[in-house]
Amino acid sequence: MSYPTSININGNRYDKSIDPRTLLVHFIREECGLTGTHIGCDTSNCGACTVLLDGNAVKSCTVLAVQANNHEITTVEGLANDDGSFTPVQEGFRQEHGLQCGYCTPGMLMAATALLDEIPNPSEQEIRENLEGNLCRCTGYEMIVRSVQWAAQNPDGIPVQIGESS
Amino acid sequence: MIPAKFDYKPAQSKEEALSLLAEYGDEAKLLAGGHSLLPLMKLRLATPEVLIDIGAIEDLSYIQDKGDVIAIGALTKHRKVEQSDILKEHIPLLAHTASHVGDPQVRNRGTIGGSLCHGDPASDLPAAILATRATLVISGPSGERKVESDDFFTDFWETEVKEDELLTEILVPKYTGESWAYQKFNRRSQDWAIVGCALQAGDNPGIGMVNMGSTPVRSADAENALKSGGSPKEVGELADSGLTPPTDIHGNESYRRDLAKVLLQRALEN
Repeated sequence: MSYPTSININGNRYDKSIDPRTLLVHFIREECGLTGTHIGCDTSNCGACTVLLDGNAVKSCTVLAVQANNHEITTVEGLANDDGSFTPVQEGFRQEHGLQCGYCTPGMLMAATALLDEIPNPSEQEIRENLEGNLCRCTGYEMIVRSVQWAAQNPDGIPVQIGESS
Repeated sequence: MIPAKFDYKPAQSKEEALSLLAEYGDEAKLLAGGHSLLPLMKLRLATPEVLIDIGAIEDLSYIQDKGDVIAIGALTKHRKVEQSDILKEHIPLLAHTASHVGDPQVRNRGTIGGSLCHGDPASDLPAAILATRATLVISGPSGERKVESDDFFTDFWETEVKEDELLTEILVPKYTGESWAYQKFNRRSQDWAIVGCALQAGDNPGIGMVNMGSTPVRSADAENALKSGGSPKEVGELADSGLTPPTDIHGNESYRRDLAKVLLQRALEN
């Protein structure tokens, strides 16, 4: 059985006829070629596959692509501004070194983006509670929390171009 | 991990879902938020031939003040329950318990009806539903019927909802201004409770226990002791009375019995 599915990802519409058992993360990575979204545990524990579904953080390994039919997805590729400059959350992870190996980073960025959309000035406790669904196996949580704090304190970010050395 | 093949049937209304259930019967499973079912399907512990997606039925997602009770649509997401001002005012135990389900991403997808129909003794919300003595509204081919929360959970992962039926609404009595507590003990914040305890004070106090039997259960002996004015220690000592907690890698039966007593005492002292 194949099912016609139309998903808007980062402002682009993708129309595909897919097997309904296709997971959203596989749709994003394999059907659309957007490999910024990672698959970590594949059991809805680690949060590496976190994307925004209609603005809410979800784990794309535990959503069927057909469930996102006619909905809007934002992946990590959709964060940076059109001119290539970073969002405050991305810039925060850069300024505060919020990553070590970087595998969990796309999910962390999406969860942190959803958090700051809802709570623009979260306490440290609120940051930790709202990132509880994202695991960092390098255990770099201190820097990640500081990165989110940087983003909250600098809502306009710093316009650093991708590729520019600083 | 990819689920086994299935036919996908999205339903746009309660009526359409019921007619699909009538057509496919026990070959079909209902898909709401999918945060209990999809993990089971990925592990191939569940292999339904037909998946009826009810996630888009928006008129089953609501929280309404109906006077003595709050009516909650079965497809209301945990996040909405957690953040509802109506629930925070009248049934804070339920809003607070919802905030302890999984993690934010899980709560953005999972639904209260899905969690209840999964009937997992390790889930948080069934304990709160038992403690608040809620009523569950089930729709079927011959109309609606109401089931008390005490009669809803029938066996391990089994509930009163038959294969041609659909849970549509949860009616929870108001406990405005009454004391309450939810104690959840786990090793990592997003884990299931090793043991949990939902306490609702009131004229008829309710104590719902997590992971203390093959179904979500009330601790009736502790409730009676509380009603007759027992101290937190005396009531807490009865937390596991009449219950048969499981043994698994997270803890054996006697450990769970001890934990239940400690958690109930903490709930009563807070």
